[in-house]
Amino acid sequence: MVDSQHTATETSTTLPAAEQKGIVASLQHVKKSFGSNDVLKDISLELHEKENLVILGRSGTGKSVLIKCMVGLIKPDAGEINVLGYHVNSLSPKELNEMRQQVGFSFQGSALYDSMTVRENLEFPLKRNLKIFDKKELNERVMSSLQNVGLERAVNQMPAELSGGMRKRIGIARTLILNPKIMLYDEPTAGLDPITSSEINELINQVRAKFNTSSIIITHDISCARETSDRVIAMVDGHTKAEGTFAELKQTKDPDLEPFFKY
Amino acid sequence: MKFKKLLLRIADIYRFIANVFKELFTSPLEGKEIFRQAYFVGNRSLFLITFTSFLAGVVFTKQSRPSLSSFGAESWLPSLVSQAVVRSLGPLITGLICAGKLGSNIGAELGSMRVTEQIDAMEVSGTRPFSYLVVSRIAATTVALPLLVVYADIMALLGSYLMVHVFNNTGFRLYFNEASAVISYLDIFSSLIKSLFFGFAIGFVGSYAGYNSENGTTGVGKAANIAVVVSMLLIFIIDLLSLQIVNLFRPW
Repeated sequence: MVDSQHTATETSTTLPAAEQKGIVASLQHVKKSFGSNDVLKDISLELHEKENLVILGRSGTGKSVLIKCMVGLIKPDAGEINVLGYHVNSLSPKELNEMRQQVGFSFQGSALYDSMTVRENLEFPLKRNLKIFDKKELNERVMSSLQNVGLERAVNQMPAELSGGMRKRIGIARTLILNPKIMLYDEPTAGLDPITSSEINELINQVRAKFNTSSIIITHDISCARETSDRVIAMVDGHTKAEGTFAELKQTKDPDLEPFFKY
Repeated sequence: MKFKKLLLRIADIYRFIANVFKELFTSPLEGKEIFRQAYFVGNRSLFLITFTSFLAGVVFTKQSRPSLSSFGAESWLPSLVSQAVVRSLGPLITGLICAGKLGSNIGAELGSMRVTEQIDAMEVSGTRPFSYLVVSRIAATTVALPLLVVYADIMALLGSYLMVHVFNNTGFRLYFNEASAVISYLDIFSSLIKSLFFGFAIGFVGSYAGYNSENGTTGVGKAANIAVVVSMLLIFIIDLLSLQIVNLFRPW
């Protein structure tokens, strides 16, 4: 295990060092408060190309706020955020949209548009962003994206008719349809049974393998961290407490982190 | 502290309105979505407007008749009712019904989209949710209200005609000749302009409350509530202001 003050010396067990070509996103000294509640207290991190970076921590430690800052949903009070060469804090609305089209965000509650069918959910970003209106092309892209998550059969269903796991998969399919370079997963396995959780973890790895995406996975689920991570950052109380591979962090004797790895 | 909060809220509302006009004039028009929303506006409120405006015409005529009879001026009934309906009753009934029916609907719909992160999902995929969700709804209510007001006027006059016919056996043509003789272009024009503002107020308040809702399901309920109460209040204020302005142009 490597303390946050130092850089991890050992890279992922699943991703060879040679593959970690460049940094696709970085946060430098990011701070965010809501009223008197300091949620992020000087967070810095880097996301490498084709890397699965897991941010592990208990609920309320600011993990979700962190990735929302990365896509400009929440404005940080201080610090620099760079995503795919865009300085997120100082982007015009047009530039922000350009950046966002290259970043997929899988929400904790899936955030499917509940007044639309699955097909319409997937067509929505294609029509709005890529201005694709040809029915044949739309259908091909939608079906291909659903195939990636193994849910072609759900194409005409409404989100309310889907199970939690299916909703997660459709949510991921909707973000993949724009071929993002970075995927941000907010608690991808929250509220799912262990088998479905494992399927989602597998899907996250498949997405990386097939689309060459770099991913940040926010989770408090230790099995999700184990199955998906190349590198893990443990957050405690708005701070980066430790950083390293899952195997490294598992050896920790830190009283804040040790209980995590007991479960 | 409260004063500071009030100022911040006013600034936020100003920004929201500015964004609506900016998106309306600088972004591609969401024609399909505006049409879809306008269809919903009509579809959701048509039955209620038909029913209430027809009844309002019936009740207003029945209540006015004895007073006019006592002066021997019963023949003035069509002109009295038509002026009341076109100038105030039609727009007001339509506005209030739409505020209750559509305002709450828009507030709750956008509110629930906000708390379930659907709006955030649209934002992070770069799909300009403000234009799609807010501008289209405001445009739809603004365009649809004048049409609904014209429809409500017709229904109210039909209700009124029914009562006049029952009591005085007046013919349809005579009634409408007398009713339309007193309606000026100013009456029609001011009524339509006023209802445009009613529509804008309903769409704006519902969208603002829903789009900015927070605190989970409580926030959704609050958004729906604000949408109804504030838009109804605005409708009365707009009605009063328009009366003051229109009176400046009347020849008497």
